[in-house]
Amino acid sequence: MDVEILSRIQFAFTIAFHYIYPPLSIGLGLVMVFMEGMYLRTGQEIYQQMTRFWVKIFALIFGIGVATGIVMEFEFGTNWAVYSRYVGDVFGSALAAEGIFAFALESGFLGILIFGWNRVSPRVHFFSTIMVTLGSMFSAIWIVVANSWQQTPTGYHIVGEGMKARAEITDFWAMVFNPSSVERISHVWSGSFLAGAFLVTSVSAWYILKGKYIELSKASFKIALSVAAVTSLLQLFTGHKSADVVAHYQPAKLAAMEGHFDSLKAADLYLFGWVNKKEQTTTGIAIPGGLSYFVHGDIDKPIRGLNSFPENERPGAVNFVFQTYHLMISIGMALIALSLYSVFLWWRGTLFDKRWLLWVFVWAVLLPQIANQVGWYTAEVGRQPWVVYGLLRTSDALSEAVTANQVMFSLIMFTLVYMLLFALFIYLLNKKITHGPYDHHDDEHSPRHMEMAGSFTSEHPTEATPAPRGKDSESI
Amino acid sequence: METFAGIDFPTWWFLVIGAVFTGYAILDGFDLGAGALHLFFNKETSRRTALNAIGPVWDGNEVWLVIGGGALFAGFPEVYASLLSAFYMPFMIFLVALIFRAVSIEFRSKEPMLWWRKMWDISYCLSSGLLAFLLGFILGNVAIGIPLDKDHIYRGDFADFINPYAIMVGITSLSLFMMHGAIYLVMKTEDRLYAKLTIIVRRTTIFFVISFVITSFYTLLYIPHLVDQIHNSPGMFILPVIMVLAIANITRQIAKRKYLLAFLSSAVVISVALIIVSLELYPTIIYSPQTPANSLTVYNSASSSKTLGIMLTVAAIGVPLVAAYTTFVFWTFKGKVKLDETSY
Repeated sequence: MDVEILSRIQFAFTIAFHYIYPPLSIGLGLVMVFMEGMYLRTGQEIYQQMTRFWVKIFALIFGIGVATGIVMEFEFGTNWAVYSRYVGDVFGSALAAEGIFAFALESGFLGILIFGWNRVSPRVHFFSTIMVTLGSMFSAIWIVVANSWQQTPTGYHIVGEGMKARAEITDFWAMVFNPSSVERISHVWSGSFLAGAFLVTSVSAWYILKGKYIELSKASFKIALSVAAVTSLLQLFTGHKSADVVAHYQPAKLAAMEGHFDSLKAADLYLFGWVNKKEQTTTGIAIPGGLSYFVHGDIDKPIRGLNSFPENERPGAVNFVFQTYHLMISIGMALIALSLYSVFLWWRGTLFDKRWLLWVFVWAVLLPQIANQVGWYTAEVGRQPWVVYGLLRTSDALSEAVTANQVMFSLIMFTLVYMLLFALFIYLLNKKITHGPYDHHDDEHSPRHMEMAGSFTSEHPTEATPAPRGKDSESI
Repeated sequence: METFAGIDFPTWWFLVIGAVFTGYAILDGFDLGAGALHLFFNKETSRRTALNAIGPVWDGNEVWLVIGGGALFAGFPEVYASLLSAFYMPFMIFLVALIFRAVSIEFRSKEPMLWWRKMWDISYCLSSGLLAFLLGFILGNVAIGIPLDKDHIYRGDFADFINPYAIMVGITSLSLFMMHGAIYLVMKTEDRLYAKLTIIVRRTTIFFVISFVITSFYTLLYIPHLVDQIHNSPGMFILPVIMVLAIANITRQIAKRKYLLAFLSSAVVISVALIIVSLELYPTIIYSPQTPANSLTVYNSASSSKTLGIMLTVAAIGVPLVAAYTTFVFWTFKGKVKLDETSY
């Protein structure tokens, strides 16, 4: 295998793995804000208990998200040096802004969120929860801005030629608000909210089914379900907006998403199907003229098909793009149906009576995850063969100084490390969930245990300065 | 070229990135150093206390690396691209060590089994030590330079990196961070662990002074381009003087048990060391020894003036904010470590 395919596999693998975690952080963060907000409003212990429980799970998710995220920041330079030189002026700015405005905010307050329960007042803790959540949402803004610029570049000009060509910013705000930014950020946010909300409903449904922590789980479930119901609808809206942008700015991607080849024909909207690239046919269940209707408001108007693009300017993996896109949409629809039906039952007062529905919720945690993943596959594979749409080809963007052997080595290393990481993540997540929201059986962590172990040596309030004074004689 | 306060934008940005990486070295330096000392603590409570001394802050400290990486990408894309692709293997190992370190801190406390905790203790200690070493190792290689062609693409192989100077700088950074971390831990602990750390502090200080002296002589004798600036402008001799005084002050404050002042002095040592290296390199960032014309300088590798101007505004808004909540978090967790139910 050559450097290009290895680097692409490595980037795809590391980013896909990373992307399990940030959406969960963002979504769970939002749910925690509501939980803790309810605690401050009502003063009921149960809300504090659930917040504390989810903060622990948040910490686990966040930790892996950070560890795998730092890899991404440096992988542009290690594996895609030409790309980094080409886009640094534009893309680097967004990435630096992410670091300083978003990541610093979330990591700074994370310490208080996790360890600050006994150190700060409930209000300051709540403030920290909000800051961590906002930080993770700001993070998404800058990262998606950077990626959106790759999809629909604006606010730049090209300086130099050939290998020396560079994109330079001409208008910062035009770069930030490039044509796809707002739509894609809101789409990513909604996807993240769904990921977090469905994690909470999943665990809560499982507790209810097992007859454990019933009161707490029902309350958590309702908070998360509210978030899920609103954002699943929001997702339909932002998804439609994003598709509009693709139709307008990336017609080759749109054609691949719907498996549309012939430019003279109106385009159908498939519910599901199969694309045969060789025969240039797409078979499946479709709404005739549906895509034409969505794009032009007219079912007979032709849509530009894949055939009208030169072979080297359209995505190669048409069926892959088609399938991932349709899987995302099907899941989105299923989530809307599931959450609206549950809200209806809630209104009827029978939400927790149907065991089958709770079992559906237990497993539904996977659905937003899958949808988030395949949605990005559609966006990124559909952009091929470009890394920056219409400007820089993926095959031209590699590091010249890196050999296939080196990438093979790092790819194997990442595969092993991430497999281990994922196994540990699942194991510990499962353990935390089995352990439940209450701590009194947990000897290892209870203050009483520590007292017996002699760790609580001082009952005095903490000193004003970190430097120890006057305690030395007794210690040595 | 656009200037601000008489200094051109690329130089400003060089200063900003230098400041961010210095901040990173001071902050992550102490938690990497604390990690590298981890296996010297034998009792479970000692290890937990040491881990929780950095618990609430290590993640925030690592942010400075993320900001530094992003700032380098934005300000000097050529350097970011050439440096990272040239140092492919060291950086990959660096990244994996970062992952192992993060998950060791995170996972250690999640199971009570002895083997589990021991495993993560070892992984935490080794990865912390490796990171502290690699930071110096990469800095050492950057300081002596790497072969670049006219397109600033690295032309050499992995074996070039493994040279005595880079290894020596790596050992020095490891010893510096171990001392820095030991001083931090001594401020955060009490009783027997505190007593043990007062001994470790002295030993790590000796370790640092020895590696520092050897590395300094090595540089003076064999790496002329790293001393010519100070050689040519004697006024700058003040920097090595400050450095030596700061090191002397560390030992003095340790003897007086004023550990906060010792900690500040070791922060000064880290800062002055990086200032000297930056001064000696400037305006070059990546030096190409065989063909100096191919070197990457702040001028031939910088982003456009427009971007640098935007990024300076971003930094002017962002850095005070980051400094503010970093201070707030450190203030919240000030004083000795108290283990409670939220601890690792």
